[in-house]
Amino acid sequence: MLERLAPVAVTVALIALWEGLVRALAVDPFVLPAPSAIGAALVASAPSLLAALLHTLTITWIALALALPSGVGLAFLIHRSALAEAGILPIAVVLQATPVVAIAPIIIIWTGVDQPDRALVVIAWIVAFFPVLSTLLSALKAIDPALHDLFSLYGASGRARFVRLELPASLPALVSALKVASGLALIGAVVGEYAAGSGAAQGLAWRLIEAGNRLEIPTMFACLALLSALGLAQYALLGGLERWVLTRRGLAASRRPAGR
Amino acid sequence: MSLLRLEGVGRRFGDGVTALAGVDLDVPAGAFVTLLGASGSGKTTLLRLIAGLDQPSDGRIVWAGDAAPTLGYVFQAPTLLPWATVAENVALPLTLAGRRDPEAVTAALAAVGLEGRAEARPRELSGGMQMRVSIARALVARPTLLLLDEPFAALDEITRDRLGVLLQRLWREQGLTIVFVTHSIPEAAYHASRAVVLDRAPGRVAATFDFAADRPRERTSPGYFAACADLAAALARTMAGAHEDA
Ligand SMILES: Nc1ncnc2c1ncn2[C@@H]1O[C@H](COP(=O)(O)OP(=O)(O)OP(=O)(O)O)[C@@H](O)[C@H]1O
Ligand SMILES: [Mg+2]
Repeated sequence: MLERLAPVAVTVALIALWEGLVRALAVDPFVLPAPSAIGAALVASAPSLLAALLHTLTITWIALALALPSGVGLAFLIHRSALAEAGILPIAVVLQATPVVAIAPIIIIWTGVDQPDRALVVIAWIVAFFPVLSTLLSALKAIDPALHDLFSLYGASGRARFVRLELPASLPALVSALKVASGLALIGAVVGEYAAGSGAAQGLAWRLIEAGNRLEIPTMFACLALLSALGLAQYALLGGLERWVLTRRGLAASRRPAGR
Repeated sequence: MSLLRLEGVGRRFGDGVTALAGVDLDVPAGAFVTLLGASGSGKTTLLRLIAGLDQPSDGRIVWAGDAAPTLGYVFQAPTLLPWATVAENVALPLTLAGRRDPEAVTAALAAVGLEGRAEARPRELSGGMQMRVSIARALVARPTLLLLDEPFAALDEITRDRLGVLLQRLWREQGLTIVFVTHSIPEAAYHASRAVVLDRAPGRVAATFDFAADRPRERTSPGYFAACADLAAALARTMAGAHEDA
């Protein structure tokens, strides 16, 4: 119980310290606004900030929804065929190794400058898809060859092998990959908005830039806080899903001994 | 009458390893054939060839019918799906054939004494119980030929003896033909109606012994120690001069 409260207590203490220091030292709000000022900005522009949050959330999860089947599909293809491995994997690696900020402007041009959301989805998808692909590939490679023999022995079709062996065997890895991918997809969406720039995008990152241009520093911090909260919430949600899957599999880490 | 015959079967692997060379082996229908041989003599390779998991590079495998009969295969490890229940694991050969037969699953579990554990997950079972699940899975589709690759090697001696007795009983009751790979001379002498000793790499048949199939299977039976001694001597001959690379 104490372990669960600890991060909350530390956060509250840090915020209190921040508030106290800003007031005591009379820090210029253009440099560092007090938490209370940020909270006030958050409340003041709540409707528009929440709309922006929802927008970024939507982009992120559409990208995730695309990254999952495409990553899984490609992983299976690459796993099944050496030709696909030789053809596809290097491209995926190059795509992964190139900084997404550098690709973003090109993608925005390709998807149409007047369609920034499409570009955002593509950018977020590019960064989210690789962990799904690579995690799943290693999970597939880790399946006991004897299990594959077993399926061959009893004349399993490719479909049966996929549904009854490969998919369930890689499920825990898939959920972990999704957890990592959700954070990356959010980063991708944010980077995309930065690249899309002036007025075209409607997400949180764009609100952040806009607030910066207008020197509404507390609003900037409010956007930042919302982005962190979003990332944290996604991570917690998918972390919960991961624990649930692992527990069902009996793979969850055993409970820590009492007294720790 | 033979259920299957290997004629000059050889298996070379791409990296220049010859696992088997010119194996002639006859498996009579209803026999309990034990395959004994040093590590690396090609026992697993031979079993995989019979199961069709691998193809011979020389020679051929001739089946009594036109094609291979229904097979059951027990791997060295239990090789269970960890996320599936015991019943689902046992049912796998049926499921993969698009069949559903809960009664066959129940019967197979009963045959190995696990009727109460149908809903358990493999991790909740001991090693010996997992091996019994694996045997039940091999039996569920009512195979005519059961292949076992050192199934009890990882188990303690008491469990091993119990499962040996169980296997003997299944063989007698179900009229199976069994090919049983083992490292253990006592195990081979206990089970075999035909005991085959493989030469060291490249594996070929070094010796074959036939025993009465319906002999009493007590460790105190007169023939038992003689059989052990014969097998030990044959195995020792294949090992002559092999100490340096054992
Ligand atoms: N897929 C393979 N590729 C290359 N070499 C192989 C392969 N399978 C087996 N071999 C080789 O063939 C030889 C026989 O192997 P096999 O596994 O059949 O022996 P074994 O008698 O079952 O040994 P053990 O008692 O240790 O299980 C070994 O030298 C092994 O390295
Ligand atoms: Mg072997």
